[in-house]
Amino acid sequence: MVLQAELDRRKFLTTSTRTAGALVLGFYFPLRGRIQEPESGASLRIFKPNAWLRITADNQITVLLEKPELGQGSRTYTPMMIAEELEVDWPAIHVEQAPTIPSIYQGLRTGGSGGVASTFTPMRKVGAQAREMLITAAAQQWKAKKRDCRAENGTVVHGPTNRRLGYGELVEAASELPPINPDEIALKPPKDFRYIGKPMPRTDVPSKVDGSATFGIDVRVPGMLFAVIARCPFFGGKLQSFDASAAKTIPGVRAVFPVPPLPRRFNTAGGVTIVADSTWAAIQGRRALVLKWDKGQGGNESTETLRKLIVERAAAPPTFVAVDRGDALDVLAGSAEKLEASYESPFQAHATMEPMNTTIQVRDHEIEVWSPTQFADEVQKEIAELSGLPLDKVIVHMTLSGGSFGRRYQWDYAAEAWQVAKEMKNPVQLLWTREDDMQHDFYRPYNYQRLSGGFDDRGNLVAWSTRVVTTPISGSNLYTGFIESAVTLKDPATVAALEWYGADIAPYSIPNVRLDYAPADSIVPRSWWRSVSSSYTVFAKECFLDELADASGRDPLQFRLDLLADKSPQAARLRVVLELAAKSAGWGKPLPKGRARGLACRSGESCSAQIAEVSVDDEGAVRVHRVVSAVDCGIAVNPDGVRAMTEGAINFALTAVLSGEITIKNGEVQQSNFHDYQVLRIDQAPTVEVHIVPSTEDPSGVGELGAMLLPAAVVNAVFAATGVRVRRLPIDPKLLKRSHPLSTRGGD
Amino acid sequence: MSNIAITVNEKRCLIDATPDTPLLWVLRDILGLTGTKYGCGLGLCGACTVHLDGVAVRACQTPLGSVGTKRITTIEGLSSDRSHPIQRAWIAEQVPQCGYCQSGQIMQAASLLAKNPRPSKEEVDEAMSGNICRCATYQRIRRAIQRAAGQNA
Repeated sequence: MVLQAELDRRKFLTTSTRTAGALVLGFYFPLRGRIQEPESGASLRIFKPNAWLRITADNQITVLLEKPELGQGSRTYTPMMIAEELEVDWPAIHVEQAPTIPSIYQGLRTGGSGGVASTFTPMRKVGAQAREMLITAAAQQWKAKKRDCRAENGTVVHGPTNRRLGYGELVEAASELPPINPDEIALKPPKDFRYIGKPMPRTDVPSKVDGSATFGIDVRVPGMLFAVIARCPFFGGKLQSFDASAAKTIPGVRAVFPVPPLPRRFNTAGGVTIVADSTWAAIQGRRALVLKWDKGQGGNESTETLRKLIVERAAAPPTFVAVDRGDALDVLAGSAEKLEASYESPFQAHATMEPMNTTIQVRDHEIEVWSPTQFADEVQKEIAELSGLPLDKVIVHMTLSGGSFGRRYQWDYAAEAWQVAKEMKNPVQLLWTREDDMQHDFYRPYNYQRLSGGFDDRGNLVAWSTRVVTTPISGSNLYTGFIESAVTLKDPATVAALEWYGADIAPYSIPNVRLDYAPADSIVPRSWWRSVSSSYTVFAKECFLDELADASGRDPLQFRLDLLADKSPQAARLRVVLELAAKSAGWGKPLPKGRARGLACRSGESCSAQIAEVSVDDEGAVRVHRVVSAVDCGIAVNPDGVRAMTEGAINFALTAVLSGEITIKNGEVQQSNFHDYQVLRIDQAPTVEVHIVPSTEDPSGVGELGAMLLPAAVVNAVFAATGVRVRRLPIDPKLLKRSHPLSTRGGD
Repeated sequence: MSNIAITVNEKRCLIDATPDTPLLWVLRDILGLTGTKYGCGLGLCGACTVHLDGVAVRACQTPLGSVGTKRITTIEGLSSDRSHPIQRAWIAEQVPQCGYCQSGQIMQAASLLAKNPRPSKEEVDEAMSGNICRCATYQRIRRAIQRAAGQNA
């Protein structure tokens, strides 16, 4: 069921973007690129075995990368996979972003923690195909048997005579050969890996310590202008009128004009744009605008009204029953001991360090786009559709992105940039200021879960139910007739799939389980946020499990292990990470006074367990000192990358636990910058230890994994420290003050 | 508009902009020094950190007219070959993920070590707490600064 849900989610992500298969299998047969690629001159001096690899006569090896680099390491793990089979020295490899040629490159995107998993086999084949062709070319030149030749450090070696030819010397001959079918080449077994599984230095790091790395915001095109948009601050509202006379007097302001909202899948708010000689002039011009907005139909929504609605929906009939094993509701009603609790977490912003931006040059019959996106192929399609140009006349350069966490899965900002640039002769960079970015995000859904658990008269946990209520990601398009009501959506299973994933208690063995879903309408745009629904479903599930452990007087670790006693492979994997984390963190061993540990785990394509060590001061402020994480992600292609992602995901989630919260008043976001949406800073960051389970299984993702577990691990540790159950995030310190009536810390 | 003279990375530049223009936009949009990043515009995130006479300041909060004869150093001018001890330590510890905030982190860390060559963990956290990293590379930033401090000794 868990795997099915993940497949459903992937399917949704894939079909929702109108391209088949891209995320799961997403890769083309490597031969195809060679056949279809347009010829460029002097091709004989460059060996192009397929669309992803170039080898020049002077031994320059270039990897053409489909996945964007958002910080997750695609510019490192991809060349590792290719180099592994190509048999070349690491420093010889250069990485370039593949161009938007949809007939060849069909995976110019990443998401769902799927980058490594979806490229692991195809990219090794890319390297293997080139290697075999180079070996064939050398064997022909030597008139030797191919089986007597092998590849080694960028050369082909003839074993019997020890003759050698460098790859560069073989470029011309290899280019004349017919392609070798990569499916007929055996890939290396894991025991022979030279790069995969070793911590490799990131290829993008040097450019990120000297300022030379080019993010979207750094794109500079001759003659370019800079723009900002004053957007309607009210979701679902619109521009009533504006007066630009003062704005036009600001030195450097070139143009001021209205930009209508776009009725696209990922909507834009619409407003008034200022185009200027510099970003600063554009910002100054915007400040001088006089704007009147119509609040529209969302003008009455506030966080308070939404909470009330969401609690009501928790008792309403479900629109979808996701899991119904055994007879959970009846068994719960008749159980010897029953526990109930509700967990809640609010809208969250992505707040990437690089705010949204895109640079566009509109020419007579062609549009060139530079965008920090995780979805270049969708940007290309969107702008082709908007402009009426054929796809191949829209060129999209996928720049480095300054973080994403799911935000750059939307292409609203690229569409807006086109709206501005099409009115100008010069190329234009549209920049979102931090305030724009904070107030016009697509937020993590608001969510509320009601959980029940029942024990039989021997103390066995025999029944479990969860009601998940969210403002679902589906149905959050404001401008197709205001908002498609999430409550009446025609395909409730698809709506629910993105909302309840992670809530199933499997592989914990509980005989009677019910999991259902009810949506709540909201005007606020929502979308994917690092770990999506698992960011809140795992929180509620793993905290409630702790409540049940406590109610039955058992240790949280042992309670979980007892529920994982069966022989299923998922239960076995989860036991391994639980025991590894427990051993590494010293579970059960004494801690300094005032500190306590909490535990959470999660089973999916990747499995992990986390143990957080916290203290709570007299004022109720929570400090997380240390987080120990055990990770089973199959083969850890770049173990240092797995560590970095885990460190990052844990701290990303910690913002949502300690401080992050987006609130709504009269249809607009109340936060605007880092003073009122406070993100984690270095002085709050715990020490993170990552322990990777050795594996020869194919790799699975880790970009989101650490973020799912951290909230429950911390909140369970807070209970261990204070005796107070926190059931709403971010943690309200008032609940944890030493003087609070619930706190059991009075005596120590 | 008026021409204002400033010294950036040891080069004298005449800038045609009003004195209230933040140094950040002068560097990025006029001089093309895009290594210095925009993050918040309010001095809350540290992405735009540069040096004025070796001391870390937020370029978004530094009006062009206030710079005077102070020497401005940006990430592009910290070293010509990534050889500053902080840059070397950043590479050794593999600090960056997305990398967007790292110019500011590096300039802040370089300023810290210039003033305090052997900072404690608490002093590192205090000096670096104005620089946000959403990828949360904080643990590696701490390690890199300690590594660079060792190299300085």
